Amino acid sequence: MRYSALKVLTQGLTGNKGWTPAWREPDPKPEYDIVIIGGGGHGLATAYYLAKEFGVTNVAVVEKGWLGSGNIGRNTTIIRSNYLLQGNQPFYELSLKLWEGLEQDFNYNAMVSQRGILNLIHSDPQRDAFARRANAMRLSGADAELLDRDGIRRMCPFLDFDNARFPIQGALWQPRGGTVRHDAVAWGYARGADSRGVDILQNCEVTGIDIENGVVRGVQTSKGPIRAAKVAMCAAGSSGRVAALAGLRLPIESHVLQAFVSEGLKPVIPGVITFGAGHFYVSQSDKGGLVFGGDIDGYNTYAQRGNLPVVEDVCEGGMAIMPMIGRARLLRMWGGVMDMSMDGSPIIDATDTDGLYLNAGWCYGGFKATPASGLCYAHLLATGQPHETARFFRLDRFRRGAMIDEKGVGAQPNLH
Amino acid sequence: MIINHPLLGPRDAAEFVYLGDAGLIGRPDGMADNAADAFHDYTYLRDNPAGEHRELWYHEQGDRSWLVITRNTLTHDITRVELARDVARTQGRSR
Repeated sequence: MRYSALKVLTQGLTGNKGWTPAWREPDPKPEYDIVIIGGGGHGLATAYYLAKEFGVTNVAVVEKGWLGSGNIGRNTTIIRSNYLLQGNQPFYELSLKLWEGLEQDFNYNAMVSQRGILNLIHSDPQRDAFARRANAMRLSGADAELLDRDGIRRMCPFLDFDNARFPIQGALWQPRGGTVRHDAVAWGYARGADSRGVDILQNCEVTGIDIENGVVRGVQTSKGPIRAAKVAMCAAGSSGRVAALAGLRLPIESHVLQAFVSEGLKPVIPGVITFGAGHFYVSQSDKGGLVFGGDIDGYNTYAQRGNLPVVEDVCEGGMAIMPMIGRARLLRMWGGVMDMSMDGSPIIDATDTDGLYLNAGWCYGGFKATPASGLCYAHLLATGQPHETARFFRLDRFRRGAMIDEKGVGAQPNLH
Repeated sequence: MIINHPLLGPRDAAEFVYLGDAGLIGRPDGMADNAADAFHDYTYLRDNPAGEHRELWYHEQGDRSWLVITRNTLTHDITRVELARDVARTQGRSR
């Protein structure tokens, strides 16, 4: 069924009795060309682009829980392409361009809202660094502007410009950044993939990966064995556990990132704002809640909940740039498990096992990357060659010394 | 999380800095023939288990000792706390 304004109107007039489920609930077939492990944003996007761009439709997406139960429904919904390094920035710009056309492309309202992202500057060296970053962004075809205090004041008069410790001196402004309704991304990709013939198998846990003589043969699942010519791991925070099924150790630690949402408020924050002296980012959802977050907790964990010291740290960051946030009451907080890589950048690559592929290491930047990650992973799976913009995200880059370390902190995942 | 320090008693985890897998104590031999491979694995690859995990914490806001903590990564339960010095010595390190 194709969604349109006319459809909404006619369905509204006929009692909304004609809507059909957005995707099927098929039983697993004994064999597929490609099995994707993980039905999160990236896995579903991969299946969608495999079917749509590369005509590969004999595909199953195997998901342990239900669609949207993982990080695709736990992030703070921000999209942006404000990276610096050659390996990263063109990829994230590709992703932002895909976001811009996504809703028309998969015929689903994902509420893509490009209200801009403002990265605050608090010192002279930071201004130099952001000027350099803005130039890198523009070289990749992205948009970027440096704002002075007056420029920010027109947009966000409520900020604490003359904070005694972290006065605001300017900002890096990307007007095309913004937010997206994250669950709708999962649903839109799932519907688009399903309608092209991809089987989405929910509540189906992968319990083993079958490998014979260095060649992948399929997977063992809670719903029985499934044979496959190619197996694509795409399990985000659980990447380490899935890779262990194939005897692989990854350059990844799993950490928890917490997120918070306040009670619903009238429109108060125009776009996304980030604190430059600590780690804090905030936007306002269409429902009115202030959605914000900060650093990861910093220790290995698979528990989808964090601890209080980080809650305190995040709230201190918020108070430092917008004291008015102290008057808002917190409604909910939750955690998601991040696959923190050793250089802070992701991996989209084949493994040493024939037919076994890896998409992992997204740290806490996975949501904005969803469309490009799906497209590039689909490209790799369908053609056997890395996509042009994802060619630096190789698994062996640590051995080659070709790390993509945006922050320059080295092999210490909890610092990225 | 509360860490039961072997010398100081129960301390808030916020006083500590986290380094990572306790396997980092076992630094490879830099003069061995396979040193490049061994250091690659040592520096970059991790077991990253869901369940019991032995890991290094540094008591930065306290006595500056390094601890090896056995903690469950699914529940955050801490079952064992040792001085990293003692662990290193049992592995044959001189200090």
